[in-house]
Amino acid sequence: MSSSTLSRREFLWVGAALGGGLLVQVACRGGAKAESPPSDAKTAPPNIFIRIAPDDTVHVTIPKSEMGQGVRTALALFVAEELDADWSKVRPEAAAFDPQLGSQGTGGSGSVLDTHSRLRVAGATMRQMLVVAAAQQLGVPASELTTKDSCVYHTASNRSLGYGALADAAAKVPVPTNVRLRKPTEWRLLGRDGIKALDVPDIVHGRAKYGIDTRRDGMLFASVERATIFGATVKSFDPSDALKVPGVKEVVEVKGDRELGVHAGVAVIATNTWAAMQGRKALKVTWDPGPHAQEGSASYTAFMRDAVSKPGKELVNRIGDPDEVLAKATDVIRADYELPFIAHATMEPQNCTAQFSNGMMELWSPTQFPDWAHDAVADHLKLDKSKVKVNVTPLMGGAFGRRINPDFSVEAAMIAKAVNGAPVQVVWTRADDLRHDFYRQCAIHRLEATLGPDGNPVAMRHRFSSPAIDASTGKRGKFGAGESDGIGNHVYRVPNRSSEYTLLDSGVPRGWWRAVNTTHGTFALESFIDELADKAGKDPYEYRMALIDRWVVDQPQDSKDFPFNPARYKATLKLAAEKAGWGKPLPAGHALGIAQNVPDHLTYAAEVVEASVTNGKVNVHRVVVAVDCGRVFNPDGARSQLEGGVVQALSAALGEEITIEGGAVVQGGFETYRLLRIGGAPARIEIHWATNDDVPVTGLGEPAVPPFFPALANAVARATGKRPRSLPIRV
Amino acid sequence: MLAMELTINGKPTTVDGPPDMPLLWALRDLVGLTGTKFGCGTSLCGACTVHIDGAPTRSCSVTLSAVAGKSVTTIEGLASGGTDHAVQQAWTELNVPQCGYCQAGQVMSAAALINRNANPTDADIDAAMQGNLCRCGTYVRIRAAVKRAAEIRRGVSA
Ligand code: FES
Ligand code: FES
Repeated sequence: MSSSTLSRREFLWVGAALGGGLLVQVACRGGAKAESPPSDAKTAPPNIFIRIAPDDTVHVTIPKSEMGQGVRTALALFVAEELDADWSKVRPEAAAFDPQLGSQGTGGSGSVLDTHSRLRVAGATMRQMLVVAAAQQLGVPASELTTKDSCVYHTASNRSLGYGALADAAAKVPVPTNVRLRKPTEWRLLGRDGIKALDVPDIVHGRAKYGIDTRRDGMLFASVERATIFGATVKSFDPSDALKVPGVKEVVEVKGDRELGVHAGVAVIATNTWAAMQGRKALKVTWDPGPHAQEGSASYTAFMRDAVSKPGKELVNRIGDPDEVLAKATDVIRADYELPFIAHATMEPQNCTAQFSNGMMELWSPTQFPDWAHDAVADHLKLDKSKVKVNVTPLMGGAFGRRINPDFSVEAAMIAKAVNGAPVQVVWTRADDLRHDFYRQCAIHRLEATLGPDGNPVAMRHRFSSPAIDASTGKRGKFGAGESDGIGNHVYRVPNRSSEYTLLDSGVPRGWWRAVNTTHGTFALESFIDELADKAGKDPYEYRMALIDRWVVDQPQDSKDFPFNPARYKATLKLAAEKAGWGKPLPAGHALGIAQNVPDHLTYAAEVVEASVTNGKVNVHRVVVAVDCGRVFNPDGARSQLEGGVVQALSAALGEEITIEGGAVVQGGFETYRLLRIGGAPARIEIHWATNDDVPVTGLGEPAVPPFFPALANAVARATGKRPRSLPIRV
Repeated sequence: MLAMELTINGKPTTVDGPPDMPLLWALRDLVGLTGTKFGCGTSLCGACTVHIDGAPTRSCSVTLSAVAGKSVTTIEGLASGGTDHAVQQAWTELNVPQCGYCQAGQVMSAAALINRNANPTDADIDAAMQGNLCRCGTYVRIRAAVKRAAEIRRGVSA
């Protein structure tokens, strides 16, 4: 739609801004629907606001959560391009959650996909109105005017007017019904390298405001002693010593709620964070350990190992008869892949500020899903939905899926309700954060296959077990289809194949960790493909290229929601191999490993890792990432996302493991939950784009993560002759 | 409660607080400077790094009484006289931050390194920055930006 015209009436509202300037309101809804304007504007109120202020600044209010993925920069860029705005004058603003605005959830790498065409139309509409206003003021035809960097120019008379000075007049100009969008060849910002991310100046001067930086008049701070055993409840508590700590004001009990993931606990409320933490240490709490106190990683592993050694409780899919073929086969290749729970460990620990006063609950929450937080708070505290307001804090210090759950918002609201009056900021310690996460679930995958005379697999059976994310609240049902993302359905040609699943019951909360189930499924699948290539005596890259076929089971081919295109898949793999110098000589002791993602995040990604092992340590020298995500609008921001995905996956692959003992998490700090430090980061991460301008744009937050795990394992296996089949990798 | 005299970002400041309160919380909750971040409280993440008399220090692990009479520089005070520190310039030029939460600490650690080492190698950078975690994975850019900051200091243009 590079140069198409769209009618404005369907999703744009234009007028004067309160306090001066030009305001455009845009209705942008998520998903594929964003491309097709709603038929009745009244049913889809605006949710994005663009204001040109008299001082030339352009304020873009975006109902998406900024957690480091650069969404504010990415979305503002579309407006600025068509508006011809001076990028240094564009200011992002966070939006308060308003139920009227529809879903504001941020997850699944979809934000750019959701909104971009309408933002461009909005920018172009504003630009045209500014030009008309300038034409009136300068007394020249609009056709003689040009724009650049927030100014309208009349070259013939050497005159110019700034957007800020024109904004009030532009608000009175009739709204154009059709606007022309720029062709990609005319772009000045989109697709250009070196675009400055909007939040960086504030970040490097300490001005950026995260959830934990929320400040309200008269606010108090709380620290909560939560049950460390999942599902434990407070039997009794003695607040008397806590209340003696200077600054401590109040101690209140918090009731747990498994459905929402709120833990039972006791909150100490004080005039500052330190006093609240000191008061908490002086608390005496007796716990009722509850139903999960006997659970632990050892018993989980034993259960899952047993589960994968026999037919699964759920059949996820089957084609042909793999059981029959495997039973008759003389040579069956079998491998078990084991993965632990891992934590999000966002650098900003969970926190939330809430105030209950005059029957109104207001929150300042670093949440990815204000919609969920809003409804959960209203339901849980039995407040009318109109009496709950959720402000999303301007920034959040990482999220990776952790800030989807409403637990920290609901907990803060409960405490604020008990305090009644003053705003309260609940700050989690690092131990609280690590011990009360919604973890990427542990899993064991068993793969069994037999090869034909050509070395290609004739049968492949997948049996796996995990505590399903969706069973976290104790819900019963079928979970195998979701849990098998990244492996249950894949694109390799195997005439007889199946996937079977067995649920592990566990009291440990599970959630969405960047790229979710593909983080474990793809590790197993792409490691196993390498093992099969070895067995067949073939090159793992060539082996993949020969086996890539189609998305076989249960998925519509090339549907709008879930397109799969084998040609794009192969092209991405080929690009990664070529750029990495696949097959070329390497320094002694170094080896390459290759892997790709299932096209689950809609974006195609393949990676080659160069690694060596010295003195029991894995060294990652170079990572090559090839990506096909459609057109890339902000290459530098896009590379940042992919680099981050690689480093986060490397961190998890080498050091991260949450273990459970006595129904509680063992790791309570960075001394035991070992995140990657700078010394372990690769010397080089190279991103290569498979240029593809004619396909829908897809997201980049997640796709670099899943293929990294098997690419690294495959490199380590080649470097050492010993294959790592469990994470974190120990050599 | 005790009234402690110290210098914060060049300004003589009196802080009323318990002597054993970590400087981090005094800065954030008593002085109102929220640029210095809480990440662990146990000296393991570096998010709270400030300069005390020029030396990079984890403010979560030094008490208010220990900084009495000293000079504390936080991220808010790193730019002097309206000019950004070379590290702030390089960080902006190379778009280092993702979520940015760790970056106040990263910038303070990097600034301390640049102030004493005009031409740091990768190994120097890794050694000086090993205490600063970044969950978003900006390490590769941090290495490049520290080198760029050193160049800026040496007068090399972009
Ligand atoms: S908060 Fe001080 S080192 Fe982590
Ligand atoms: S930029 Fe997010 S933790 Fe470093």
